Amino acid sequence: MKLHPILAALRKHKAGTVLISLQIALTLAIVCNAIFIIGQRIERVNRLTGLDESNLFLVTQQWVGAPNADTAEGVEKLDAMQREDLAALRNLPGVVSVTPTNSLPLLNSSWTGSVSHKPGAQLGGKDNTRTAYYFTDDQVLDTMGLKLVAGRAFSAGDVQHQGFRDQPPRPIAMITKALADKLFPDGGAVGKVIYSDGSNAPTTIIGVVERMQTPATGSWGNDFAWYSTLIPTRLDANFARYAVRTRPGQLDTVMRAVTPLLYKVNPLRVLDDDSVRPYSEIRAKAYRADVGMAILMGVICLILVAVTAAGIVGLTSFWVGQRHRQIGVRRALGARKIDILHYFQIENLLIAGVGVLLGIALAIALNLWLMTRYEMTRLPVPYVLVGVLAMLVIGQAAVFVPARRASNVPPVSATRAA
Amino acid sequence: MFAYYLELALRSLKRSPGLTALMVLAIGFGVAASMTSWSVFRAVSGDPIPWKSSKLFVPQIDMWGPNGRSPDGEPPNAMDYTDAVALMRDHRAKRQSAMYQISPSIVPADASKHPLNVSGHAVYGEFFPMLDVPFKFGRGWSNSDDANRAQVVVISSKLNQKLFGGVDSVGKIVNVEGRDYRVVGVLDQWNPQPRFYDVVNSGGFSTSDADVFLPFQTAIQASIPNDGNTNCNAVPDEPGFVGLQHSPCAWIAFMAELDDAAAVTAYRAYLDGYAKDQQAAGRFRWAPNNRLRDVPAWLENQHVVPSDTKVSLLVALGLLLVCLVNTVGLLLAKFLRRSSEIGVRRALGAPRAAIYTQFLVEAGIVGAAGGVLGLLLTGAGVASVGWVLPRDIASLARIDVSLLVLTLLVAVVATMLAGLYPTYRASRVQPAWQLKSN
Repeated sequence: MKLHPILAALRKHKAGTVLISLQIALTLAIVCNAIFIIGQRIERVNRLTGLDESNLFLVTQQWVGAPNADTAEGVEKLDAMQREDLAALRNLPGVVSVTPTNSLPLLNSSWTGSVSHKPGAQLGGKDNTRTAYYFTDDQVLDTMGLKLVAGRAFSAGDVQHQGFRDQPPRPIAMITKALADKLFPDGGAVGKVIYSDGSNAPTTIIGVVERMQTPATGSWGNDFAWYSTLIPTRLDANFARYAVRTRPGQLDTVMRAVTPLLYKVNPLRVLDDDSVRPYSEIRAKAYRADVGMAILMGVICLILVAVTAAGIVGLTSFWVGQRHRQIGVRRALGARKIDILHYFQIENLLIAGVGVLLGIALAIALNLWLMTRYEMTRLPVPYVLVGVLAMLVIGQAAVFVPARRASNVPPVSATRAA
Repeated sequence: MFAYYLELALRSLKRSPGLTALMVLAIGFGVAASMTSWSVFRAVSGDPIPWKSSKLFVPQIDMWGPNGRSPDGEPPNAMDYTDAVALMRDHRAKRQSAMYQISPSIVPADASKHPLNVSGHAVYGEFFPMLDVPFKFGRGWSNSDDANRAQVVVISSKLNQKLFGGVDSVGKIVNVEGRDYRVVGVLDQWNPQPRFYDVVNSGGFSTSDADVFLPFQTAIQASIPNDGNTNCNAVPDEPGFVGLQHSPCAWIAFMAELDDAAAVTAYRAYLDGYAKDQQAAGRFRWAPNNRLRDVPAWLENQHVVPSDTKVSLLVALGLLLVCLVNTVGLLLAKFLRRSSEIGVRRALGAPRAAIYTQFLVEAGIVGAAGGVLGLLLTGAGVASVGWVLPRDIASLARIDVSLLVLTLLVAVVATMLAGLYPTYRASRVQPAWQLKSN
């Protein structure tokens, strides 16, 4: 197949050629970036929290007229109320285990601080590593389904309690493997001492859990998403959160029983519609914006590709109609059907090729611009390559129908008027 | 003549229904995608208090120094208790209020009802006139109520409905966190989005209503703790809520009303003077690094419009652009196919202007049809953003007359713009050549 006649014909249709190329270029640029955004979001949503998320739910409740957590006797009273709730929940049929906790991964309610090798470090200093704290008790591993990879878990004797805004020393802690590797790159974190939040009191690491995400869902938490620290302490305030693991299949039954049970223990409290939430709901809420963005980008990509494909079909059909007579002449002079088909396919490949080259430049430019304005990272080459391939394939698919119609033009039409 | 062109255009469009449908579909989808994302963008980037936003200012004071600044040198976006109370005491703006978010529980008088949790703010009395907060019954409280730590409360009409069945409840008693407060005012519908007076805690948008407002110092005295963000650059020396008040932790929002440029300059000077005094007293060991932004600048600075919304709008506009390029190509094909018809018309004496009018009318019809389809799709799009966007943002996207008009207008104008080049080409058709070749 010689390119020369194709190029010569295209020169006669400059405007149409330029328009299709431009359309393919723009489509490629947008689709590449949109698919990249989709890919990033999917990757984000698929991150593992480290929890066993099935059969897990969270209770958030607030006492009314509760004792003042800023006084010692208030703290004792609040702690007694919390233990009463925990005991009642643990006795509920279908419950495997219950643990008090200030938050859960993806809950977007976090207590963050920093840990350091040295005592009395300034917050925000260089030697500090940011971390999110989980204040919980000895049942945390069983309830949340966390995996201990080194050292030991909290025992009942380790568990303390404190007022919500107090800052007592934290003698022991468990940390995530990611945090352990960051603090002690040479390993052997168990038994080592760290200092939390600039404190002078040492905290001994007694255990390392494989993985546990922090509660942060915003991009501000990305830098320390896996740096969690578990403290064996019940926080006493006018509110409390309990994580509950149920036997498989009993999640709904147990969740329904919680509100009446807690009102029975103490009616002076607030429990509203979202006080008892399955973990799946917490996860869905955390990633709603990401899933939404991915869907939106997906829909736009589909429309874009459909419009571009339709545009190619439309213009090529027009050209086929216009060149009816020439095609007839070529057929009369001995060109086979397949030659005509190839002619239009190669013509499309040329146009799409130019469009794709322009599109690569546009895609990279768009990506760079998005990087300066919004939280975007560099577009990886594979995305562009797949996009290029996809555009070429779509072009070929779109041109096939009109091209086949062209190949069916009978040689006799050479003798008829156009 | 126009009616004739209309008829010609319709006949021409009917002649190639496939191509026409293609153009209408492309424009419909392109416009609908753009308009749907525009409706979301418009909702989140709106000015919540347009008549006054340029007079309302958010001061920031650098109480943490160089180590606590953001990478671009910004001081913390909230205040500590010391500075907030000092600014209130100095009272240099026309009106001002420090505020912090609270989430107390309320015990209904009806003992058969369970207690409920409400959200709101502890504010100074000037908060209400400063923000033009509408009242249904009663009013806010006075400066002397602030000073005397009066046991008063302002509630939303929603809470008034829940507690008192919607009647005028001024003078009645509400039990907040175990203490009795006298209702002095019931708000009318008031749910500004973004929640500009406390952007830091609401993240801009909030699905929960602001249900209670207590006097700032009354709430402090009653130890009603803050429910919003608390950022500390050091662990407080003392425990408890009192310890938080003595700490340099940032947890208080602040807003001041400054009526003209002179007042703004004076307030800036006051803030710098205040910081210098603190420096002289040894509390700050750095030069003043304050900020004073009006509400629009503050919303921009706090990135209230999610970047996802901006990117979606951009991508949707890109889609519209592709659809238009597509339309240019298809119109070109369509118009040039009729070269012989144009040739005949021109030979019979039609001026170029007539050809222009004829084909622009045709483009306009395609645009109008695309616009109508776009309207339907935009309706479907806005109705379904709730599926894909976070609830607090999705609930703000609305269809109104201006959106409908804009949709139609964008469709018609864009299509006619797209039709300009094909029309130009059509008007350049050489009559003699066309007549000869047939």
